Amino acid sequence: MTNSDGDFLHELHHPDVPVPEAVRSVVTVTSFGKLMDAIYNWGRRNSVWPMFLGLACCAIEMIATASSRFDQARFGMELLRASPRQADLMIASGTVTKKMIVPIVRLYNQMSEPKYVLAMGACAIGGGPFKEGYSVVSGLDKYIPVDIYVPGCPPTPQALLYGFLMLHKKIDGQSLGNRNSVPWYSRTPGEDVPVPVLGPDIIDPRQAYLLRRATTTASEAHASA
Amino acid sequence: MTEYVQIAETVTPLQGAIHRLEAQFAGAVRRDDREGFSGVIVDSGRLVEVATFARDTLGFSYLSSATAVDYLGKAEGDPLEMVYHTYNLQGGPALVLKARTPRSEATLPSLVGVWPGANFQEREAWDLMGIRFEGHPNLTRILMWEGFNGHPLRKDWHEAYYEEDTKPFDSRWPEGRVSRAEEHNPYGRNVKYPADFALDGYESLAEKALYDAAPMGVHVTDMATDRVVVSMGPQHPSTHGVFRMIATLDGETIVGLEPVMGYLHRNHDKIGERNTFLHNMPFTDRLDYFCSMSNNHGYALAVEQLMALGKRYEPPTYRAEAIRVLMVELTRILNHLVAIGFLLNDLGAYFTPLMYAIIERELILDFFEATSGSRMMCNYMRFGGVAYDLPQRIEGTAALVNDRVRDFDTMHYLRDLINDRLPRAIDQTNDLLTTNEIITNRCIGVGVLTREDAIACSAAGPVLRASGVPYDVRRAEPYSIYPDLEFDVAVRYHGDIYDRYLIRLDEMRQSIRILKQILPILEETKGQPFFAGRGGQYNPRIPAGEAYGRAENPKGELGYYVVSDGGQNPWRYHVRAPSFINLTALEQMCKGHKVADVVAILGSIDIVLGEVDR
Amino acid sequence: MYGSGIVRGLGVTLRHFLNTYLEDIRWGFRRHVPDEAFPLRQGLETRGIFTVEYPEEKIATPERFRFIPFLVVENYDHPERPGHDWCTSCGICAKACPPQCIWIVRGTNPETGRPVPEPDEFYIDIDLCMNCGFCAEFCPFDAIKMDHDYELASYDRTTAHVFDKQRLSKEFRYWQSIAPTRAVEEAEARGGWEHKDVLKQREKEARAQARASGGEGEG
Ligand code: SF4
Ligand code: SF4
Ligand code: SF4
Repeated sequence: MTNSDGDFLHELHHPDVPVPEAVRSVVTVTSFGKLMDAIYNWGRRNSVWPMFLGLACCAIEMIATASSRFDQARFGMELLRASPRQADLMIASGTVTKKMIVPIVRLYNQMSEPKYVLAMGACAIGGGPFKEGYSVVSGLDKYIPVDIYVPGCPPTPQALLYGFLMLHKKIDGQSLGNRNSVPWYSRTPGEDVPVPVLGPDIIDPRQAYLLRRATTTASEAHASA
Repeated sequence: MTEYVQIAETVTPLQGAIHRLEAQFAGAVRRDDREGFSGVIVDSGRLVEVATFARDTLGFSYLSSATAVDYLGKAEGDPLEMVYHTYNLQGGPALVLKARTPRSEATLPSLVGVWPGANFQEREAWDLMGIRFEGHPNLTRILMWEGFNGHPLRKDWHEAYYEEDTKPFDSRWPEGRVSRAEEHNPYGRNVKYPADFALDGYESLAEKALYDAAPMGVHVTDMATDRVVVSMGPQHPSTHGVFRMIATLDGETIVGLEPVMGYLHRNHDKIGERNTFLHNMPFTDRLDYFCSMSNNHGYALAVEQLMALGKRYEPPTYRAEAIRVLMVELTRILNHLVAIGFLLNDLGAYFTPLMYAIIERELILDFFEATSGSRMMCNYMRFGGVAYDLPQRIEGTAALVNDRVRDFDTMHYLRDLINDRLPRAIDQTNDLLTTNEIITNRCIGVGVLTREDAIACSAAGPVLRASGVPYDVRRAEPYSIYPDLEFDVAVRYHGDIYDRYLIRLDEMRQSIRILKQILPILEETKGQPFFAGRGGQYNPRIPAGEAYGRAENPKGELGYYVVSDGGQNPWRYHVRAPSFINLTALEQMCKGHKVADVVAILGSIDIVLGEVDR
Repeated sequence: MYGSGIVRGLGVTLRHFLNTYLEDIRWGFRRHVPDEAFPLRQGLETRGIFTVEYPEEKIATPERFRFIPFLVVENYDHPERPGHDWCTSCGICAKACPPQCIWIVRGTNPETGRPVPEPDEFYIDIDLCMNCGFCAEFCPFDAIKMDHDYELASYDRTTAHVFDKQRLSKEFRYWQSIAPTRAVEEAEARGGWEHKDVLKQREKEARAQARASGGEGEG
């Protein structure tokens, strides 16, 4: 959709925009916008394709959710795609390590909008039982935005399915006319998340200023001492 | 390569071997006489000689585990010690070789020339402990990335979220004001940089180091194809998780392959040393997350070995052992069914066989869930027994009894499962797949691992046995009640993918055989205690000493090397992971085959990343 | 012969497909009436389709099922101490917890400053909890138990994922409802349905009374 279309949709929700007489007699315009939302969201919600990002133990429960007994295809999540380009939902299932967050951020950047991230399991949410370890990221949301958190270690398949239902609710709540809830129709393209660098420890480019400040104070302290 | 020598010494007990070592290398070999410790300490200068002698003359041709221990503050000079567990393939206990090196200039000769299986393990020791191995062909970091600051398993290395040396932490009770660890870190994250680190102009070594190692560029010889370096993974549907390979291709043919791991390195060893002994039990669940029951068993064995060094030790009761074997063998069936499913995934039968395997898996998991409380992370075994007895019934499932729908009685469930359901599933897998032409075409003769290479590379489990070595820990160094049970060690001789597939079917059949013998034992011992000694101890006393507990896991020999200093926490806790060491042979198996075969070969080794990277 | 493998594979799929309908016929097309058919379909005799149609159908969680722990408190209509914590803040669960995700502030009597058997605050960070069940296993007062509620997905972790005492507390009745046989076993071990301390107190009172009345009888 182009920006002008976005503007059109935006106008639909604007109370000050005059409504043509002919249209007014057929439908009420506010509900027309809502109707569009409903149809559009219905379609999106029932065809969410998850990405097969199996990181650790939780991935096995994700596979269990995808296969015979729990069958997430009932929610329109037909296939677990291995490629980020074909996926709408990143299910980060398992422990996110510092070494792995680099490819994960890249994968996230490669997913096309609208995209959602579901953090499955204590590890992906906040480091889980391995949080204290030196090579574990304390939560996926330290690097990329996460929409749904599904706690548990591991969450049972039913708990994950509940997470999908929450995602559906979230999608249903999004309105095409509201740029805050659907950032992908804004005029400027979405910005990529900067990819972390593996240095002596992991470096998030967004924290570079902190790091610089810390090293200068350290060297100053060194110099003064 | 290693010649497998069968000589008279193989029947002499371990003592004889040690005597011969002492006689041969007088002065360079001395016994480890600390209480609770065993084996010999070898002068590092003659380590290679001693190892070669142990391998060739004494017959200890199989290197099970090689790992390092940091004796900071525990021994004179704060040395680092490398511990090698070597076994005779005829069976019997380990000959343990140890070598010490000062921590400031930690260097030891590499044993890759003697046992190629030491390759990854020495790299791990370099990465995590900072021991330099002279003569190692590729001494780079393996679990962390190149350029990482420090060697984390050293006792004086502290991570960003370091709170105390050992658990339980004082901050939790009685004044437990909740806080998240990131609140105490200036970056709000789990990071820590050296004080002199300068960001500007920094160049990350992590990726560069990988590609520098692979011979890149165009090598045009006689109009041949160019070489290409392909990075496969860590996000790839056929790498069984976050595993990565740097493959060098000549056209479509693999000429070099470098496994890259560490994408799931979760500091199992480091956290394990901070935990109390019991705390580690649920962490072992998360090693090989298909087989949590077997992991529990191996760890319980190791700690029970340590406990046996003390005075008041009661071994697990018979019922406890029977329940353990029941769980472990069910796990084996579950794992092998799913492994075959995944192998077929890799061969292109996308998900269908796996779906059928998962039905059976779910049925076994129902039993696990009803018994232990969790489907996957069972955390079921304790030192001296199991956590709970078998439940009365299996909730959530039902059977028709006299035409009425009833919850399953546990024994009824097990009987039906073992006598009827699982054999049928195995037969169905067999009928469907064994003679399938796609499978025979793609598997027979592909990815061959010869018997000699399998031994040299310390392959374990189905990979070793498919290459013609009938080595099974359950028979070679029996534990639990396996000596009372009748079963055969499955063995196949071609060492290709097809044999590794067949041997899994064989093993499942043997497991069914074992399970059928377990059922009457369970009936007989009903009501007997499932736990020896006093239950309900969250902090059992473990005497000082070392133990290497190993169990035959579905994926191979799982070993736990645990050193106790008599305190609440293990001083050293190391996991010998079968998946990790089986990967040593991957390059050998893949060379000369096509790219598409690599995923099949990898599938036939059956790795799980939780165990590879720990 | 080429192609036979495919035919056999399709045969298995066809068998499952047909079995699904045979089962349907057997149940008179009532398979979605969950009371009877559903657990049977999840059992060992399952032949055809095996799917749990969550959220309409849910697999029953077994009694020992472990998810996030909860704290047992007295029933809110308890005659003597409604809503009183069973936890005595002894700290054993906090020590037994492998990822150290339990924080307890021991209760103190504001007048004397002496500890009282009741936690002032009790937190569990569910982003760390590994659902291992050690806290429930080693609690000497049956005061912390593993919950069966797994539907916890949320949109925000900063506010929702550190469970405080209020969020963790559930009535004793709830534990009886999710684990009836275990609740009975534990009650037998304690010697009554009440909390250990209450039972001890009662016993003491009864003994004192018996002594008193015995003394009276003598005198
Ligand atoms: S949350 Fe638990 S089960 Fe999931 S990846 Fe982490 S440790 Fe494994
Ligand atoms: S072990 Fe039980 S009584 Fe003790 S602090 Fe924990 S919950 Fe409370
Ligand atoms: S279940 Fe385990 S990890 Fe969770 S609070 Fe209890 S002891 Fe801690």
